[in-house]
Amino acid sequence: MPTNTLGGRSFEVNDEGFLTRRDDWSEELAVDLAALIDLELTDAHWAALRFMRKDTEGGTPTPTLRRMQTVGGFDIKELYRLFPGKPAKKMAWLAGLPKPVGCV
Amino acid sequence: MATIPEGFIIPDFGPTTSSASPTAQVSGSATPAHAGPRKMAFICSKGNLDMAYPALIMGNAALGEGIEVHIFFTFWGLDIIHKKTNRNLKFTLSGNTAMHMPDLGRLRPGLEHVSMPQSLGNLPGMTSFATRMMKQQMADLDIPDVPDFLDMISAAGAHLYACKLTFDMMKLIEADLHPGVEGVISATDFIEISEGAQIVFV
Repeated sequence: MPTNTLGGRSFEVNDEGFLTRRDDWSEELAVDLAALIDLELTDAHWAALRFMRKDTEGGTPTPTLRRMQTVGGFDIKELYRLFPGKPAKKMAWLAGLPKPVGCV
Repeated sequence: MATIPEGFIIPDFGPTTSSASPTAQVSGSATPAHAGPRKMAFICSKGNLDMAYPALIMGNAALGEGIEVHIFFTFWGLDIIHKKTNRNLKFTLSGNTAMHMPDLGRLRPGLEHVSMPQSLGNLPGMTSFATRMMKQQMADLDIPDVPDFLDMISAAGAHLYACKLTFDMMKLIEADLHPGVEGVISATDFIEISEGAQIVFV
């Protein structure tokens, strides 16, 4: 597995660049990662990322946007605004989780 | 934007990140590749419950990948965006030879792969039964019903259109269309809008 180094931290990632060990993640790392894709994390961003971390604590798969809506109560339009382009992928990456695999 | 360190592996987030690699150039192809960002257009021509989902699911997936999505509803597909019908789309066994009953496998192994007899599909009440079952299976997977799905993809930025010819033919009124529908457009309009798109016909 390749290793990424950012701001003095090293962490193992898969071929696409997603963290392989969720415990390597920290909120400081998320801030640095976000800077790489030109995002400044606001409270609204953090609400989504923290929900994802909490939702996956028991080893459940990375939530899809649908799950963010039905379980987390997030607004889909808002998520697209906060994480433009590929919201589910960006959120998973920033939260140190695997790429979401659900279809809906 | 912070610069990406040397050797840093970052997922492809599209043109918003500097990691985005230019898409492979099509060489030796007779038709020139579309130069703009990726775009997909779906044509929904059927109004059965099971035929409503392919475009909704794939369109939703495409939106999540940052792809511009257009969906054109024509003929029976108009039922998908018609507010008086889209909550009650039906699924029928009739004409569907790929219909199996997984539970029959418990009776005798192998029976779960056998096609249901076509005559069953014509029994009274069978269509509502099959529809109810399919809706339940969808709900179990947290797949939204059709009106909610339209809300979801509209929020995600999908462009929805009704076909003018069939809209007129079926004597529909715009007030009955899902609010996410941007307009009632002609086939020519759709062909113009879908320039450069990958087209999926359902």
